Amino acid sequence: MKSFNYVITDEVGIHARPAGLLVKEAKKYESTVTIVKGDRRADARKLMMLMSLGVKCGEEITVEIEGADEEAAAAGIEKFFEETL
Amino acid sequence: MEIYEGKSIFKGIAIGKIYYYQKGKQQVKREKIRDVAAEKARYEAANEKASVQLQALYEKAVKEVGEANAAVFEVHMMMLEDDDYVSSIVNMIETQHVNAEFAVASTGDNFAEMFSQMDDEYFKARAADVKDITERLISVLAEQEETGDIGNDPVIVVADDLAPSETVQMDKEKLLAFVTRHGSANSHTAILARTMNIPALIGVDIKEEWNGHMAVVDGRDGRLYIDPDEEILTRFQDAQKKELEARKLLSLLKGKEDVTADGKHIKLYANIAGVGDVANVLANDAAGIGLFRSEFLYLEAEDYPDEETQFLAYKRVAENMAGKKVVVRTLDIGADKQVDYFKLDKEENPAMGYRAIRICLDRPEIFRTQLRALIRASAYGEIAIMYPMIISVEEVLKIKEIVASVKKELDEQGIQYGDFEQGIMIETPAAVMMSEELAQEVDFFSIGTNDLTQYTLAMDRQNMKLDTMYDPHHPAILKMIRMTIDNGHKGGCWVGICGELGADTTLTETFLKMGIDELSVSPSFVLPVRKIIRETKVK
Repeated sequence: MKSFNYVITDEVGIHARPAGLLVKEAKKYESTVTIVKGDRRADARKLMMLMSLGVKCGEEITVEIEGADEEAAAAGIEKFFEETL
Repeated sequence: MEIYEGKSIFKGIAIGKIYYYQKGKQQVKREKIRDVAAEKARYEAANEKASVQLQALYEKAVKEVGEANAAVFEVHMMMLEDDDYVSSIVNMIETQHVNAEFAVASTGDNFAEMFSQMDDEYFKARAADVKDITERLISVLAEQEETGDIGNDPVIVVADDLAPSETVQMDKEKLLAFVTRHGSANSHTAILARTMNIPALIGVDIKEEWNGHMAVVDGRDGRLYIDPDEEILTRFQDAQKKELEARKLLSLLKGKEDVTADGKHIKLYANIAGVGDVANVLANDAAGIGLFRSEFLYLEAEDYPDEETQFLAYKRVAENMAGKKVVVRTLDIGADKQVDYFKLDKEENPAMGYRAIRICLDRPEIFRTQLRALIRASAYGEIAIMYPMIISVEEVLKIKEIVASVKKELDEQGIQYGDFEQGIMIETPAAVMMSEELAQEVDFFSIGTNDLTQYTLAMDRQNMKLDTMYDPHHPAILKMIRMTIDNGHKGGCWVGICGELGADTTLTETFLKMGIDELSVSPSFVLPVRKIIRETKVK
């Protein structure tokens, strides 16, 4: 498993549009991508669950990636976060 | 006449008849079904049809309100496909043998409930999105027409609540205003109203009996007048006429070049005080940002903002402006702008005191942090850096030394940056007198007329007693501006005005004839100034 931490800089947090984009990004990979905020976890392929984490600007999340293509997935997802959120 | 109050979403005026809009109320009954496979197929077909409707709605919205605002329908399409949402519906059909309508309605209720219990206003408002897609699915299942019909005459739409899809579906030609009981300023419907320039009020205690009555929506004061009397009606008809003229100006001048009648190109930029103002700059079609007041980063913070925070703010503005110029003024605090953690002494005469570049040169660690952030951001757009309150060439040389050392440091660390212009504010009489020499050292001048006026006239601009004598059109000021332009041009600088005088349309022609290259004004003044630029001959 690979994982990284990320502090959200987008003003409104993981709101609808970037959440939608994240779902698209996560679906590109075979690995499961999980967003962890505190004691709550959400599969990055599930839009509503992702939004229900209510991640706001300035909050730190952990992203866990597990699966056959986890190397590529981790790099892709991390890049996505830096560019979008 | 009756007057109601609400929260205004868009500050416009509308006068017309009320249309009381009710959603096709769908009574969803729980029914037992026998053929599970057939019911699942019904749901799947409905899902597909809803998706096609949303795709069409998305395309309509892109045309009407732009891609960024249309994205809500893209999100709706994804919500329809959401794994948990879909499997909840299918699961209910399979295990409880209920009809698709009931499964969809219950699932929608559960998810909407989940969002409405969140403690953040933004996420709370997403419950409306879930309800919107759920209602769409139910309408498709019930074979109802799409909603959004408001009749054939222009009307003020009054409703309990409006979904984004309903807002976009309504015929814009006939939609004068919205008035709703529910909804939040963060809702997509509110955002759409703003982008479509439709006056809108929310939180109004609406009544069905208003249907067909005359009304005035005053988006500026958040008021709704039902059966307005003669006086109110005339007052708002006049105000509306003025508004229409302003809007006409907008549509006539948007997208037009800032070029004088005899062909001189002028940089017409906007002033901003924060990242959130960028949308307004783009909406008013400014060609760039001529003054980005970086103080907000310091005023909003509890402690010195670090390099990363600043970098991200500058980068975001540079990226949003997509290659258009962004002139960032370095920290200008002191005088009337105080920040606790700087621990500045109370001064007798702060306007002439320890402020702006004087603090930066005295406490270079603060200045270096800002410069590193700005120079790094130059890799992401057309950043230009501007220094305030300059009085001498020595100051500029010191600044350039610091900039050179910051660049060297970034090179050593292998951090990328782009090319950036450097310029100074001309806001002290000393800078005007030294403008010939200063022009040798920088790329541009921007005249800050507010401070220049107060220093030239020796009049405190915050002293109310001097209001009648405080004359920004004083010939001394105009002479100073002319001198700055001439000396700037001699030294190869472009010269602009970013003070309030830049937006004074009675002086625009004078400045253009003096040879000004740039005017930076509040976003709402961009188009009125553009109008004069395009009508003026400079020779």
